[in-house]
Amino acid sequence: MAYDSNDHHKNYINAEKGIWSWMTTLDHKRIGVMYLFATMFFFAVGGIFAMLVRLELFKPGPFFSPDTYNKFFTLHGAIMVFMFIIPIIPAALGNFFLPIQIGAKDVAFPRLNLLSWYIFVTGSLLLVFSIVSGGVDTGWTFYTPYSIRTATSVILATLGVFVLGFSGILTGLNFVTTIHKLRAPGMTFHRMPLFLWAIYATAIIQVLATPVIGITTALLVMERVLHIGFFDPKLGGDPVLFQHFFWFYSHPAVYIMILPGMGIVSEVITAFSKKHIFGYHAVAYSSLAIAGISFIVWGHHMFVSSQSPLANFLFSLLTMLVAIPTAIKVFNWTATMYKGSISLKTPMLYALSFLFLFTIGGLTGLFLAAISVDVHLHDTYFIVAHFHYVMMGGTVMGLLAGLHYWWPKMFGRMYPEKWGKLSCALTFIGFNLTFFTQFWLGKMGMPRRYHDYLPEYTPLNIASTVGSWFIGAGMLIMFIYFIWSLFKGKRASENPWGGKTLEWTIESPPTTHNFHKEPVITTGPYEYGELKTTGEA
Amino acid sequence: MAEHVVPHHFHSAEQAFESSKLGLWLFLVTEILLFGGLFVTYIIYRAMYPDMFHEASHHLNRPLGFVNTLVLICSSFTMAMAVNKTQHNKSNRASQYLLLTLMFAATFMVIKYFEYMHKFHDGLLPGAHFTNTEITHPKADLFFSLYFMMTGLHGTHVLVGMGLILWVLIRSNRGHFGSHYSTPVELTGIYWHLVDLIWIYLFPLLYLIG
Repeated sequence: MAYDSNDHHKNYINAEKGIWSWMTTLDHKRIGVMYLFATMFFFAVGGIFAMLVRLELFKPGPFFSPDTYNKFFTLHGAIMVFMFIIPIIPAALGNFFLPIQIGAKDVAFPRLNLLSWYIFVTGSLLLVFSIVSGGVDTGWTFYTPYSIRTATSVILATLGVFVLGFSGILTGLNFVTTIHKLRAPGMTFHRMPLFLWAIYATAIIQVLATPVIGITTALLVMERVLHIGFFDPKLGGDPVLFQHFFWFYSHPAVYIMILPGMGIVSEVITAFSKKHIFGYHAVAYSSLAIAGISFIVWGHHMFVSSQSPLANFLFSLLTMLVAIPTAIKVFNWTATMYKGSISLKTPMLYALSFLFLFTIGGLTGLFLAAISVDVHLHDTYFIVAHFHYVMMGGTVMGLLAGLHYWWPKMFGRMYPEKWGKLSCALTFIGFNLTFFTQFWLGKMGMPRRYHDYLPEYTPLNIASTVGSWFIGAGMLIMFIYFIWSLFKGKRASENPWGGKTLEWTIESPPTTHNFHKEPVITTGPYEYGELKTTGEA
Repeated sequence: MAEHVVPHHFHSAEQAFESSKLGLWLFLVTEILLFGGLFVTYIIYRAMYPDMFHEASHHLNRPLGFVNTLVLICSSFTMAMAVNKTQHNKSNRASQYLLLTLMFAATFMVIKYFEYMHKFHDGLLPGAHFTNTEITHPKADLFFSLYFMMTGLHGTHVLVGMGLILWVLIRSNRGHFGSHYSTPVELTGIYWHLVDLIWIYLFPLLYLIG
């Protein structure tokens, strides 16, 4: 591609100077970077709370008071879910790469995009403020009636969630509109990179599910302020109704978390296997299938909530349906690697970790979808292990794969490969040590959310806590080399991995307007071995 | 006359308009789901306490609710006319229709204010604040919790709509709109029709079940 060599050092980062130019920017790339820094910061905060939770459980007997422990695990969950894992991939990487991957200059509504960042920060501050003003001890689910009665700052925290929801809705509708209306000439839906199919499916869930958590948290706030009595049994209300509302959002939210991770893995596996993805259409449409099914399975969180046996049966059956599109993806990724020319760079190692860990998370999900097994394992550490395998083993590994894959493009610098591999290895080993032991603890009957336990659970808990230190070390190394690379890293070329999607045809870091002239797309996204370049010639 | 400039990331004014419209429709879908939570709550408690709902709904002021329904339908009509006149380059007429819409919306809120005051006076309040003794059913406060949540959320939307209409009215007076560019007027119109439509569901569900 042709560009003026004098133009080479002008990019979205140095095009304008000063903090103010960032705080008022309408550039989707800058907004993506702002989201990245905000959410990674909360990842660190949530991670510190996680280590404190594990510290308490290192051995029997209290380290902190039970109240403090309750606040720690609530804040760990709430921060990780609402301020890190749900927003990060769509809002940070999606914002940055969605317009580039469809060949557009920006998202459809740049002002709205900036506004949703400010809304995100406002919601986050409310949640942070609830920590400062005494913390919350309900668990991140805010279950009634306890959340109505506890003296902790539930109102601030749920208002925070309400506000954060708005940010997600606005980002989601911005993305759907952008994908529908701003694709470059020749960029048909079936030529879109699979990351975008995943982001598209995610955006649909964000738009359709998030308003329900909005009204639920609004009702909870009203319940506390005015005692309106929808969820409080003392006032004639039904606490199970709260659970229905909560999970009608929060189960689809699980797919808001995992779908973008799956999208990243599709990109990374093709790029590092140098092969066209196996079953492009199946992988693309399975994202939409997962999005669709996500709306009809929420009841599996409530098998022991006095829900009717018929509802239990139906939710159990429907839940198992999710395994079909998910398995389609896993098999297609595996088939893509078959006879591929695989290079085990850091992003690929993270993508393989994703495959391994997410498969364990998914298969243990089937255990829990079966009512008889779930009744036994309900609210034990088996659940904790399962959802960490999905959310951290899946989404976070996918995120880290994507972050390492796109880091050179985003900042124009390479990170040190050796340290990347070390960090990945520490995280992977630490992760399994932390959470595989918890499957055993759960099977032995150790309940979740307790600050203390019986002596027979001690060895496995020690192993689990030591594992958390490995993860902490791995993540700390990563934070350090990423920041180091911003200043000292080797300059990245346009296309360090030999990727075939549009973002690899422009400079690293990209210019403000992404493309020097509008790309015209004539082929699909992963044409390895057949064409030298995609997009504009 | 201010010349409207198409934002640089769009190819044409038409693409910009189509995008804005799709964005707004998606937003309205989220609005329906937001109210959807309240409708589900309504269905569940009405099924649990059908007699109480019948009894309690008699304490709402039907004539005022009916007048408000008419007021909103008229406002939808004037809003549609404002959009139509804008597209035909009749900015003055459009501004008049927008002003009428704004007045209808204000009328709605004034009537709502009197209804609320009356409820406060009678102790027909949500949850623990319920002090009315005329209604014998012990759970009647649930109905009024729903009444205030649903009409309150709707009223908030009316207020937001009034802000939007005022903003569009000011810009219309300055001659910002015409057949070349009418996106804000049209989008405000679509939003306003949703506000009207939600009320058309709320009115029978709350006032007319007795």
